Amino acid sequence: MITVTHYVSLSAAMFIIGAVGVLIRRNAILMFMSVELMLNAANLVFVAFARHHDHLDGQVIAFLVMTVCTAQAAVGLALIVTVFKTRRDVDIDEINSMKE
Amino acid sequence: MTIDVIVFFIPAAIAVLAAMATVTSRNAVHAALFLVINCSAIAVLYLVLNAPFLALAQVAVFVGAIMVLFLFVIVLLDTNRRTPPSGTPGRKGKLDWQSPVAVLLAWVLLAEWSYLLLERLQRKPEFPQALADSSPRGFGEALFGRYLLPFEVTSVILLAAMIGAIVLTLTKTARRPFGKEKDQ
Repeated sequence: MITVTHYVSLSAAMFIIGAVGVLIRRNAILMFMSVELMLNAANLVFVAFARHHDHLDGQVIAFLVMTVCTAQAAVGLALIVTVFKTRRDVDIDEINSMKE
Repeated sequence: MTIDVIVFFIPAAIAVLAAMATVTSRNAVHAALFLVINCSAIAVLYLVLNAPFLALAQVAVFVGAIMVLFLFVIVLLDTNRRTPPSGTPGRKGKLDWQSPVAVLLAWVLLAEWSYLLLERLQRKPEFPQALADSSPRGFGEALFGRYLLPFEVTSVILLAAMIGAIVLTLTKTARRPFGKEKDQ
């Protein structure tokens, strides 16, 4: 029998994979993809608990998270393009001019 | 093995494998395509969880809009050639103490996950038999009823993101008044 715990476990696994991706990747675009992975994992928990409580609130929140995710991708990719135009690179380790 | 076990574990396995392939693949285009597979598998799980509207929104928004944007930026910037792989000279000594901390935190997350899996799986809170009305009609009534204000706020967020993306990527040539482009 599949319960809400299975979905929470799957979501936790995907969140961990996304967090590890943010930590180990240096390409800014791939870091953004890992963030999308984590947002997807959070959305899955919202929908699973909406099913668990037989209520639509979780689905509505997941929908709102999806729109925020879209805005984040648009602004983030615009930032990456801007950084690339000035530095000719999207390596996170090389973007350290604010440190100096 | 009942049908709900099958429709959970096959998309779940696909989602986890695709997620791992996303964060480990060297080629950024391959990573984006693996993320498309991951999003599609999650859309299948949304269908199983009585969320058909969200499943189709997931396919349309993530696979249709966000990943196309990602692929466009990857192809535009051509980052595959520019980012040298790890282990290249000149990279050592940059993250000497951060890497062990990252590994430690990953193990902490994994331990929490294992605790959750082993402890809570025995309680078996089953899904209710009744199904809420999650058709586009019921979903829309929830979205435009109790959640009208958050919905309007997201429209402002999307507008701000749109204007922000345009302002951030605006080039000098686009700021010239109309009719002056031909002079240069």
